[in-house]
Amino acid sequence: MSPTVFAPWNNPEEKPLIRFENVTKKFGEFVAIDDLSLDIYAQEFFALLGPSGCGKTTMMRMLAGFETPTTGRIELAGQDIAQVPPNKRAVNMMFQSYALFPHLSIWDNIAFGLRRDKMPKDAIEARVAEMLKLTRLEKFARRKPHQISGGQRQRVALARSLAKAPKLLLLDEPLGALDKKLRQDTQFELMDIQESTGTTFVIVTHDQEEAMTVASRVAVMDEGRIIQVATPAEIYEAPNSVYVADFIGDVNIIEARTKAVGAEQYHLDWADGQAPLTATSALPFSEGQQAHLAIRPEKIRITTERPEDAPNALQGKVLDIAYLGNLSTYHVELPGGQVIKAQTANTRRIARRDITWEDPVWISWSATAGVLLAQ
Amino acid sequence: MKRMTWFNVTSLTLGFAFLYLPMIILVIYSFNASKLVTVWAGFSTRWYGELLQNEAFLNAAWVTIKVAVISSSIATVLGTMAAYVLVRGGRFMGRTLFSGMIYAPLVMPEVITGLSLLLLFIGIGLDRGVLTIVLAHTTFSMCYVSVVVSSRLVSFDRSLEEAALDLGSSPWEAFRLVTLPIIAPAVISGWLLAFTLSLDDLVIASFTAGPSATTLPIKIFSAVRLGVSPEINALSTIMIAIVTVGVITASLVSKHSSLRAQEDARAAERPAT
Repeated sequence: MSPTVFAPWNNPEEKPLIRFENVTKKFGEFVAIDDLSLDIYAQEFFALLGPSGCGKTTMMRMLAGFETPTTGRIELAGQDIAQVPPNKRAVNMMFQSYALFPHLSIWDNIAFGLRRDKMPKDAIEARVAEMLKLTRLEKFARRKPHQISGGQRQRVALARSLAKAPKLLLLDEPLGALDKKLRQDTQFELMDIQESTGTTFVIVTHDQEEAMTVASRVAVMDEGRIIQVATPAEIYEAPNSVYVADFIGDVNIIEARTKAVGAEQYHLDWADGQAPLTATSALPFSEGQQAHLAIRPEKIRITTERPEDAPNALQGKVLDIAYLGNLSTYHVELPGGQVIKAQTANTRRIARRDITWEDPVWISWSATAGVLLAQ
Repeated sequence: MKRMTWFNVTSLTLGFAFLYLPMIILVIYSFNASKLVTVWAGFSTRWYGELLQNEAFLNAAWVTIKVAVISSSIATVLGTMAAYVLVRGGRFMGRTLFSGMIYAPLVMPEVITGLSLLLLFIGIGLDRGVLTIVLAHTTFSMCYVSVVVSSRLVSFDRSLEEAALDLGSSPWEAFRLVTLPIIAPAVISGWLLAFTLSLDDLVIASFTAGPSATTLPIKIFSAVRLGVSPEINALSTIMIAIVTVGVITASLVSKHSSLRAQEDARAAERPAT
């Protein structure tokens, strides 16, 4: 049996669960969402990623029904939902503050939505028990929200929003209040739950690591527009703009003018009196066009001798070393004053510290290591 | 314990004497056997007995309690509704004007409120009695309720209501099942405030009361103009006792609930087992 890759966005036959069609949302004069179109498919774990104020929360609140678009259409399973009030939507939301009802026990919090549906009593009991089991909260059913820890509260909020088995679950910065270790554990828990329930998740986050970990696709947003929608790997390895490259992870940007030298091969003039750099790009660049070469620090090799085989090699001196335990990042200053970051994995416990501050070093990378970006 | 200096003892005595001496004298004289208020003639509970026989006082007391309960209940409902709309209603036209206007009666001289209500009741031909006092008291105590409730609503996490809507409640269910239980302490203290204000109001009640209904403060005030009688002392002592018991109960209840909240907080901090 060959595992099929989950990629409904590549299938033109697939109908999206959510469709934003030229949606604009204005608050007075302020444009929060600017003519945005986006498809999200069933069973996706979709991440909206961007700095605060980029409009990601507004998009989520429009899906939940707390805001209506100024112009444009939002469809859920083919139906325009603009006029449907929040309490009539098959969409549930997990709030950033968790919004647990402080006067109700954990059990009653989870049962709240089921009771509104006038579900029979024994069915409610069975469903709440199932949710408590899923989120490992059985012991806390009778407690009040302020009698449990932050991580447990987060799980109650998740259980409560999943209890009604919504078509779509919205998660607004769900892990923001947790410390780093707990956050990482919870990310995997979220992914397990998403997989086992088959619910479509849309998560809003400003934490790029979180988006990369959990999501099947990531939309990087800025100022009410979507800059790029792609899988985490594509976003990281093939960003479509300097903004995306810079927002996700660490990156070196070298500005240069392009000169075509072969099929998808370019020479880059990046500084006066320096040999041109070599890079490949599937996208065409015209002669002398201003471009940006984006290279991730871990794709740059740092050596004391000039490597013989490298198509791109520059000499500089070590300005700073950031030792992170598993990794070391070297800040290398080029003669022109530009600083390039190079990263190496500390795979040996007793490190050979042959490179130290002020040392002259060579940094090098292959022709395919960087991405050539027009903007 | 640190010994108090003579200066501290003196200032403490003076301060408390200033606050409580009038009331202590009143309480002592309520047990005076003599009919003359200023002459002590031995201990007696005679005036308490006579008070229970005094139909006019008992009627006034009954009217006062009836008015206080009804008007504070109506004021609580109206004041809570007004606070909810002003805090939650979003930016509608003239919102600032409305929220200013709801607090204006707080600073309005009572004489003016009373007089304008009197003119209104005469204008629409409403006979003065229990109904008019209730309406008048509702009018002025409603804004106090509104102030208390809106200060609680401002600090209320809006996403709780949104969560209720999101889980399928209608807006009314969200209010009844989530908002109201959480703001209940503010609503209750608003009610208590309105009740107390109604209980001891003299000015507005004297404008709006009619011959058929007189409240206790009016009765006491008019009785005192004919001379202080020991019965009034007895009545006042009973009111002091009620207020004292009420204040102590309220502070015990709030102390108990804050202690419980502390315990809950400690329970939450304990690692989960």
